[in-house]
Amino acid sequence: MNEALKKDFAAIVGQENVMESEADRFSYAYDAAVLEPVMPALVVRPESREALGRVVKLANENGLPLCVRGSGTNLSGGTIPREGGVVVLTNALNNILEINEADLYAVVEPGVITAKFAAAVAARGLFYPPDPGSQAVSTMGGNVAENAGGLRGLKYGVTKDYVMGVDFFDVDGEIVKSGSRTVKCVSGLNLHGLMVGSEGTLGVFEKITLKLVPPPRSQKALMAIFDNVNSASEAVAAIIAAKIVPATLEFMDNFTIRTVEDFAHAGLPVDANALLLIEVDGHAGQVAEEAEQVEAICRKLGARGIHVAKDAAERNKVWEARRAALSALARVCPTTVLEDATVPRSKIPAMMQALGDIAVKYRLKIGTFGHAGDGNLHPTILTDRRNKEEWKRVEDAIDEIFDVALGLGGTLSGEHGIGIAKSKYMEKETSRATILFSRRLKKALDPKGILNPGKIIGE
Amino acid sequence: MSDMRELLKLLGELDDQLVTCMRCGTCQSVCPVYGQTGREADVARGKIALLEGLAYKMIHDPAGVQDKVNRCLLCGACEASCPSGVKVLDIFLKARTILVGYMGLPPAKKLIFRGMLTHPGLFNSLMEWGARFQGLFTRPASEALGTSCARFATGVLGDRHFPALAKKPLHAIVPSLDTPRGASGLKVAFFPGCMIDKVYPNVGQAVLKILAHHGVGVFLPSGQACCGIPAFSSGDKRSYDRMVDENIARFAGGDFDYLITACATCTTTIKKFWPEYAEQSDQKRRDALDALAAKTMDVNAFLVDVLKVRQDGEAGPRDLTVTVHDSCHLRMSLGITAQPRAVARLNPNVELVEMKDAGACCGCGGSFTLLHYDLAERIGAKKRDNIIASGAQVVTTGCPACMLQITDMLSKAGTRTRVCHPVELYAETLD
Ligand SMILES: Cc1cc2nc3c(=O)[nH]c(=O)nc-3n(C[C@H](O)[C@H](O)[C@H](O)COP(=O)(O)OP(=O)(O)OC[C@H]3O[C@@H](n4cnc5c(N)ncnc54)[C@H](O)[C@@H]3O)c2cc1C
Ligand code: SF4
Ligand code: SF4
Repeated sequence: MNEALKKDFAAIVGQENVMESEADRFSYAYDAAVLEPVMPALVVRPESREALGRVVKLANENGLPLCVRGSGTNLSGGTIPREGGVVVLTNALNNILEINEADLYAVVEPGVITAKFAAAVAARGLFYPPDPGSQAVSTMGGNVAENAGGLRGLKYGVTKDYVMGVDFFDVDGEIVKSGSRTVKCVSGLNLHGLMVGSEGTLGVFEKITLKLVPPPRSQKALMAIFDNVNSASEAVAAIIAAKIVPATLEFMDNFTIRTVEDFAHAGLPVDANALLLIEVDGHAGQVAEEAEQVEAICRKLGARGIHVAKDAAERNKVWEARRAALSALARVCPTTVLEDATVPRSKIPAMMQALGDIAVKYRLKIGTFGHAGDGNLHPTILTDRRNKEEWKRVEDAIDEIFDVALGLGGTLSGEHGIGIAKSKYMEKETSRATILFSRRLKKALDPKGILNPGKIIGE
Repeated sequence: MSDMRELLKLLGELDDQLVTCMRCGTCQSVCPVYGQTGREADVARGKIALLEGLAYKMIHDPAGVQDKVNRCLLCGACEASCPSGVKVLDIFLKARTILVGYMGLPPAKKLIFRGMLTHPGLFNSLMEWGARFQGLFTRPASEALGTSCARFATGVLGDRHFPALAKKPLHAIVPSLDTPRGASGLKVAFFPGCMIDKVYPNVGQAVLKILAHHGVGVFLPSGQACCGIPAFSSGDKRSYDRMVDENIARFAGGDFDYLITACATCTTTIKKFWPEYAEQSDQKRRDALDALAAKTMDVNAFLVDVLKVRQDGEAGPRDLTVTVHDSCHLRMSLGITAQPRAVARLNPNVELVEMKDAGACCGCGGSFTLLHYDLAERIGAKKRDNIIASGAQVVTTGCPACMLQITDMLSKAGTRTRVCHPVELYAETLD
C-alpha cells in the first residue's frame, strides 16, 4: 500500500491506531478457523463510529478489500482478510449506549463484548439470552454478523431473535438505519434482517438495538444417562412432545464423556453412550413440575440413571461437565476442528450413526457434543494439521459430514457461519439460483466488491 | 548464534507446543496487556501465531516478533484460562531465550544480568553505594508511603514513585543465620530474594521475627544470588543458570525442612522453573534442584498449612480495614489465595474487605514495568482504583514486586493507603 494512502487512514483514525509492521499485520491474518493465514496490508482501529464510517468510505474509494474484525473468534474464516486489504477493528467501539428498562431494549456499539453486555443487562434485572460458548470474548457485532447461537437456543432463540435494529455504513460510508426500538415496526424493508448473518459482506454495523427479556425466576438442572443414542433422542422428542421446552438440552457422546472424565474427573459414567444435560426454567412451581415430568420421560425411555441438581452448586457441576467438553477434547490432539453440521432434531440418531461410521472409515478421532434440543451438533475432529496424509482424511471426512447432514434435511452450519471455510458447499445446500441472487444483491450494494470479498457466496 | 537457520531450527523445536494453540481467542478475556491496547499481538494467541509465523517463514522479522513477545507480564492469566492447555509461559520463556540468542541482549540488560546479578557480592556493594547516595537523585514524594520519585527525570525512572532502596539491606542487618529447631521442631531455609533484601528488608525481618516466635530454626546463608527470573524472562538463560548455580552452592545440602520465601515470584521460580529448565544439567544438579523445589514454600502457606498458626490471643477490635491483592504468581502459578488473607487476619485488629477483581494483575511483571511503563501504569490504574474503591486503609499482597508497583500507583494518586506484606501485619502483633 502506498504511503499517501496510509497517511489518509492515519488522518482518520490517528497514527497510533494504524498498524503496519509485519508483526502487527500478521497477528490479523487468522481467526479461530483452521485455515491458512493471509496478511493484510494495513490494520486500523478507529476509536469513534464516525471514524469507522470514514474508513469504509476511504477503502471503497480506493477499491481496497475491507475486513471488519470483532474479536476474531469465528470458526469459518470470516475475518481472514484479503492480501493487500485493510482490516478494521471494532474493539475500540465498545460502549453500551443505552439499556432501557421501560421499553426492554438496549443499544450497543459493535465492539461491546457479549458477556460484558449480558452482565450489564443482568445488573439492571433484565436478561439477554444468546450465550455463545465464546461469549467471554466475542463482540456483539460479530454475534450479529454470524447470527451466533448458544446453549439457550431451543427456548430463547438465537441472536437474530433479539436484533431489533441495526444502523450500518454502506460502502460509501453513509449511515443506513433499519429497525426500531419498538416491538412492532413495518417501516421500510427489513434491512436489519439482511444484516444478521451477513458476515461483513453487505454493510458495517455501527449501532445495534437489541431486545431484552425478563429473566426466569428459577432453574433446575438435571443429567440423564443413556446406554444408547437412540433412547436419548427419543427422550428429547418426547420432552418436546410433552410441550416442555427446556432452556437447554445438551448432548454428549461416549467419546466426549470419556474425554471429559479423563480431564475433569467429574464422576461421569464412562460407559454411557449418551448424556443429556437438561435445564428447565421459569416460575418455581412450573419448574418443579416440568423437572419431574422430564425425569419421568427420561426414565420411561430407558435412562439408566438420572441426577437432579439439588442446589446451585450441584447445578454448576452439571454445567461444568458441559463447559469442560471443548477444553477436554482440545487437549487430546494438537489440532481441533470444531464442526457445526445441524440436522432436524428427529435425525440426531441417524446423524450420530453416520458420524460413528465416518470416524471409522477415515480413521479419525471424532467427539460429538452439542445442542440436542435444536439438532445443532458439534462433531469435533481431533487431529494434527501438520500430518498431511491425515489432514487429507480430515477434509474428506468433513465433506462427507456435510453430505450426510444435507441428506438428512439439515444445514451446513447451525451457528458458526460459512465464511470461506464452507462457501464451496453453499450451492449444494441451496441452489445455483440462490447463489446468483445473493451475488447480484451483493454486487448492487457493493459494486467494487470491497466488503469481505469471497465470504459466504464466493465471488 | 545470529544465524537465521539456527533460529528457525530452535523455534521449530517449540512447534509441538505452538501447534496446541487453537486460536480460540479465550485468552483475550483475561490478558491485562490486551485489555489496555486491544491489539492482537499483545495477547497470547497473537504472540504464539507470530512465533509460528516466524518458524514457518511466513514472516521474516525476528526483531519485530521479539518486541511483541516481550510485551507481556508473564502473569500466566492466559495459561490459566486456556481451554487447550497451551503452556504459554513455557513457550514465552523459551522463545525469549531463543530470540535473545539470535538478537543478542540489549547492552543495559547485559550489564545488569551478566555484570551484576551473577555476582552477588558486586551487586550488593553497588546497591549499597546506590542507597547511600540516592538522596542526591531522588526526593521524597509521599511521606506516608515512603516512596521517592526521580529528582532528575531519567529515561528509565521517568516519573515513577519508587520506595527508596533501603538504607540498610537485609543482608547487612542480618548477614547470616543458622539457628537450631525450637518448639516447632522445624527448621527452614529463608530465601529473601533481591526485592526484600534491597527494598523491603522490613518484610524479611518480619518473617524472621515470626519464625523465631514460633520456634522455627532458620538457615540463612550469606551471599545468596538473585533467583534468576529477571534474567530468564529477558531471555538471558546463561546468566540465569549462573545465578541458580550460586544458589545451589549456598543451599543444597543445608539442614532444613522447608525453603521459605516471602516473594511470590521467587517461590514460583524456585519451585517451578528451577527444576523445569534444567534440561542441560547433569543428574546431580537436577537432583539438587528437584530437592530444593520440593521443599520450597510461600511463607503464608507455610504459616497456615504447615505451622497451622491460628489467632489464639485476645479478640481485637478489627478496626483496621485491609484488602488483599492476589499476586499473579501466588494465585495463578501456585494456587495460593486463602493463606495471605488468613495471615493478615492473625492480626486481631484486621478486618478484611475484598476489592473488586482482587486477582487482576497490578501491571508490574518484573522488567515489563521498566520497559513498558506507560502500559504498566494503565494496567495498574485499574488496580489502584479498585483498591481505593474498597475503602481499605491497608492493601496487602504476598509479592514485593506487586508492593512496589502498587505503591507507585497509589503514591502518584496521592492516597495514604498503606502497602504491606501480610507477614508485616502479623509480626506487628508479636513482641
Ligand atoms: C471456543 C469457541 C466457542 C464458540 N462457541 C460458539 C457458540 O456457542 N455459538 C456460536 O454461534 N458461535 C460460537 N463460536 C463462534 C464465534 O465466537 C461467533 O461466531 C462470534 O459471533 C464471533 O464474534 P467475534 O466478535 O469474534 O467476530 P469476528 O470473528 O471478529 O467476526 C465474525 C464476522 O463478523 C463480521 N463482523 C464483525 N463485526 C462486524 C461489524 N461491526 N459489522 C459487520 N460485520 C462485522 C466479520 O467481518 C466476520 O465476518 C465459538 C468460537 C470459539 C472459538
Ligand atoms: S486461549 Fe489458549 S488456545 Fe485459545 S487462543 Fe489463547 S493460547 Fe490459544
Ligand atoms: S502472561 Fe499475562 S500479559 Fe502475558 S500474554 Fe498471558 S495474560 Fe497477557
